[in-house]
Amino acid sequence: MDFSSIVVQFLNGLAGASSLFLVAAGLSLIFGVTRVVNFAHGSFYMLGLFLAYSLAGRFGGTPTGFWISLLVSALVVGVVGALVEIVILRRTYRSPELFQLLATFAVVLVIKDVALAIWGADSLLGRRAPGLSGSFQFFGKVIPAYDLVLIAAGPVVLGLLWLIVRRTRFGRLVRAATQDREMVGALGVNEAWLFTGVFFLGSFLAGLGGAIVLPREPANLSLDIAVIADAFVVVVVGGMGSLPGAYLAALLIAEVKALCIAIGDVSMFGYTVSFSRLTLVVEFVVMAVVLVVRPYGLLGRPSATPRAQVAIMAASRPPRGRWILLVIAVLAVAPLLIDRYSIVLLNDVLVFALFAASLHFFMGTGGMISFGHAAYFGIGAYAAALLLKRAGLQMEVALTLAPVAGGIAALFFGWFCVRLSGVYLAMLTLAFAQIAWSIAYQWDALTGGSNGMVGVWPAAWLADKAAFYWLTLGVTVVGVLWLWRMASSPFGYGLRAGRDSPLRAEALGIDVRRQQWFTFGVVGAVAAAAGALYAFSKGSISPDVMGIQRSVDALVMVLLGGVHSLVGPLVGAAVLTWLQDEIIRDTEYWRGLLGLAILALVLLLPQGLAGARDLWRRKPA
Amino acid sequence: MTVLSASGLVKSYGGVKAVRGVDLRVDAGELLALIGPNGAGKSTCFNMLMGQIAPDAGRVELLGADITGQAPRRIWRQGVGRTFQITATFASMLVRENVQTALMSRHRRLGNLFLSATKLYAEGALALLERVGMADQAERPCSVLAYGDLKRVELAMALANDPKLLLMDEPTAGMAPTERQAMMALVAKLARESRIAVLFTEHDMDAVFTHADRIVVLNRGRVIAEGEPADVRADELVQRVYLGGGTMFGHV
Repeated sequence: MDFSSIVVQFLNGLAGASSLFLVAAGLSLIFGVTRVVNFAHGSFYMLGLFLAYSLAGRFGGTPTGFWISLLVSALVVGVVGALVEIVILRRTYRSPELFQLLATFAVVLVIKDVALAIWGADSLLGRRAPGLSGSFQFFGKVIPAYDLVLIAAGPVVLGLLWLIVRRTRFGRLVRAATQDREMVGALGVNEAWLFTGVFFLGSFLAGLGGAIVLPREPANLSLDIAVIADAFVVVVVGGMGSLPGAYLAALLIAEVKALCIAIGDVSMFGYTVSFSRLTLVVEFVVMAVVLVVRPYGLLGRPSATPRAQVAIMAASRPPRGRWILLVIAVLAVAPLLIDRYSIVLLNDVLVFALFAASLHFFMGTGGMISFGHAAYFGIGAYAAALLLKRAGLQMEVALTLAPVAGGIAALFFGWFCVRLSGVYLAMLTLAFAQIAWSIAYQWDALTGGSNGMVGVWPAAWLADKAAFYWLTLGVTVVGVLWLWRMASSPFGYGLRAGRDSPLRAEALGIDVRRQQWFTFGVVGAVAAAAGALYAFSKGSISPDVMGIQRSVDALVMVLLGGVHSLVGPLVGAAVLTWLQDEIIRDTEYWRGLLGLAILALVLLLPQGLAGARDLWRRKPA
Repeated sequence: MTVLSASGLVKSYGGVKAVRGVDLRVDAGELLALIGPNGAGKSTCFNMLMGQIAPDAGRVELLGADITGQAPRRIWRQGVGRTFQITATFASMLVRENVQTALMSRHRRLGNLFLSATKLYAEGALALLERVGMADQAERPCSVLAYGDLKRVELAMALANDPKLLLMDEPTAGMAPTERQAMMALVAKLARESRIAVLFTEHDMDAVFTHADRIVVLNRGRVIAEGEPADVRADELVQRVYLGGGTMFGHV
């Protein structure tokens, strides 16, 4: 590693920071004004890149045509964003905040399949910019000329945004709404069009962020999730609602990544550490460190008007004992009546019901949101597999110890997370989940890397699908009943007290932070039990078991079923698992259909599936 | 017997000296009112006593023990109950469960993850609700209660720890005039019966002069008068401060 390669990587980092900043700035604006955590923001980026690929491919032969193509791509994405706001989100502002999250998940799924239908599943590298396709020498290294455009783009857009926010009426409203949305509404501002305008601007920025990397990055269908994770990190590190903060954070993260690549392999104490492969981990480590030192990000401030973070949920009572017994009885005899395929499917339903129930306890009773719940599921699965294959323990022992591993990991992550609250806490859970994921993905020697591990089979007496199903049923019933009991245990009361009114809880001698920390451990252990069952039921695992997609699935299950009801996550898990299985068999566009189904539910049943029952009975909530 | 004594409390925010050297003392069974115009430093004083904010200088003692700057939950354990200016109760719970939670915390039972708590300390909770006149509403959700009733629930929760001291920030704010008198009469009765020291702030002068045993008047971060209601009422400086004689912005 010499000086020139550091400089080259530094410039590379600068170029990477610009696109990241555009996406993050849009996300930050949208969250600041509307309080919507827009999961579809990465999809807007991806859409911008795909559109630019097609438009520039057709009209980009001349410099004018090329640049106009990029701009038009971004504008189209802006219009798509505005339409999403008008058609979908506008109807959900009165629902609990989490429903907007669910709606944006659905948009992610729909956009992904639209892109699949139009552009296909292969990576597409776009045309180079006419006139800028060359490169130049710098300290003896080659730098693409287009990188200079990227390096300039970030500060230029930051300046333009600053002018809009500081010098226009629209910008003044944006700033006012970021500080106190309700007050802006009370002053007679037409909120509806302000929100639409902000969605247009934010989506335009995401689209532009995607379009300008056309000559540098290939367009592909996995960008949406990858980019949204990056954008979350940048927004949170920079401080919600702070544009200069977002640029600073984008720069910090892009440079740290570039530095890792520049360092390359380093030998220390006989071990070789490959820094260039640690970029994923490093990004999230930066985030974790910044958040622990500055809980509101580099340039962020505590929200001026803290409102309730999670819609307050009345603790619903569990169903009556005889109904519980009936359901268990039906589930217990089911394997005698159905075919092998259905037993496996029902086994999946039970595993995910337990997983979703643990997230539901975390959100409903604990009042915290987790964007990274799959971490504990995955750690349970990997712990089971590693104990079985690498430590050579018996399957029964591995299954018993996996929840312990999950609980300990969750306590470790939770120790950092409970120092934050609200969306910041949620983002930090995502960061830890990504760290866990990248360790599983990159530590080939231990975890098998991206291939994962095979031959994770249960003991001989459980080899039969029905036998394993009964084991799953037993663990799930015990786990779910314990979670239900815990919601009405003294611990549950204390937790709800801290959720409803932290001020009052502290004034009654309750250590709210410690209660939340324990909650991490408890739900981590339960989720890990579900993960271990999953590993043994499939016989193999891969890093996908703790990918973002699985965390999102868990959130969808909980929200779909309804946060208000203890039965909700179980219903949600059953419906989502069944839907996925059912649609996958019939069409390659199952994600899009699933997304549309979720959107229909969000718009028609804002209380979730289990809430539909109350609607029907007309019972006051 | 002196329950609470604070001496030399100081707190600045940037260049603003919110509280500049306040001494306070409350005896068992006594109602002490802390009054003063807006910005006089009442809330800052209050929050320092309860541990919400740490004083820059000064000392707070509870029954002779130093509690300066301790966390609210530790101060509560030593026998200080509190009610807030804007009521803070657990909206997802029944009235009875609110008080049960307070009792569970008192008896350090909140670490139990297995026991059903629906009946735990239910009788004790009902007894406390009886004392504040809320027993008939015990089974209603807290979220549907009238504001004045919520204040009573808060009081019941504050009493759950058999407090030696009650800190009440505007106990009658947002109540109708008749409700105010009833509330203050209830607090006075509880203080006499159980020998609780009560320190409260209040904007309603009727409530203050009818029920307080002693009054401390703050202005611009300092105590400008202290004594029995009749003396404070006659104090010329207090009259000027309250009737707008310009002292708020001049030198006192």
